[in-house]
Amino acid sequence: MEPFERVVDQHGAVVLRVCRALVGADAAQDAWSETFLAALVAYPRLRPDSDVRAWLVTIAHRKAVDVLRAQARRAVPVADPPEPPSSGEHPGDGRADVWAAVAALPPKQRRCVAYHHVAGLPYDEVAALVGGTPAAARRAAADGIATLRRTWEEAS
Amino acid sequence: MDVVALDGTGLEVEVEDLHHRLVLRAAAQGVLDVAYRTLDSPVGSLLLAATGAGVVRVAFERQGHDAALDELARRVSPRVLRAPARLDALARQLEEYFAGRRTGFDVPLDLTLASGFRRRVLDVLGGIPFGTTLSYAGVAGGAGSPRAVRAVGTACARNPLPLVVPCHRVVRSDGSPGEYAGGAAAKGRLLELERAARVGA
Repeated sequence: MEPFERVVDQHGAVVLRVCRALVGADAAQDAWSETFLAALVAYPRLRPDSDVRAWLVTIAHRKAVDVLRAQARRAVPVADPPEPPSSGEHPGDGRADVWAAVAALPPKQRRCVAYHHVAGLPYDEVAALVGGTPAAARRAAADGIATLRRTWEEAS
Repeated sequence: MDVVALDGTGLEVEVEDLHHRLVLRAAAQGVLDVAYRTLDSPVGSLLLAATGAGVVRVAFERQGHDAALDELARRVSPRVLRAPARLDALARQLEEYFAGRRTGFDVPLDLTLASGFRRRVLDVLGGIPFGTTLSYAGVAGGAGSPRAVRAVGTACARNPLPLVVPCHRVVRSDGSPGEYAGGAAAKGRLLELERAARVGA
């Protein structure tokens, strides 16, 4: 079994991108921390022939759901909405727009885009995470990418 | 459109920051089983690793830091993270040693990686005073197996804690330095350092 440091080194950036796609740039750091702490705890019991990236994405999926639920519980309707939180990116470079556009996708499309296009998982593994068939996951990801492309072209 | 390509810069910095946070939380929860760092020294880059019980491994660059980490993952725990704080005291003491200002190390040791005869050899090595040497045969006698001279050589070569457990103080009966996990040149340099520091004292 590889030292866990190598797992962080090899997959840390990809999992952060997945977390950004799932919960937005702000909450992504919390989702990442929860994911890697849970992974570290469970790591000695991971089967040695496992696909480590798919395993991490599975944990990130559960942690992202937790983060989104916690956000929903905290959400209180107010007359004057506060300033939207910073995306953590430099303004004007277009990257923040992309994550905002990803965040605006319906949940299933957002997850399918994250797991297939960001994490690189095949559609049968994506389907195992989000439910439904691999064909449905492929369709949701394609719809999500089409929406992103449209948003992107309108913006630029 | 490539979602992956759109957020390149800044990500490494952010992951580094998150790594730091992970180390703190892992230590707080008691799941940082093996912490490590590297240290530049006059005998090359050293890998230093510690469990919660104490320093468990010191490895020279020529032994392969990756190989040493693989062995720790296999034999101690795969919960291995780069976490320098746990090794700060040892790193400071090693720097003092190389500067000729320290003659021994005062940190808890975890001898998990040495057992049986090799463990007994390490106990003998720990008793060889700074600036002095002992022959392989002398160590064999001290470990209670006077004829196990070759096994002493193997035990020194596989010492998980070189420098801290001073296997460089074991020399051939004719006085020549003999082999060393850190290389013959490193061994000569350490013996010279100790000789000079003792004369100066």
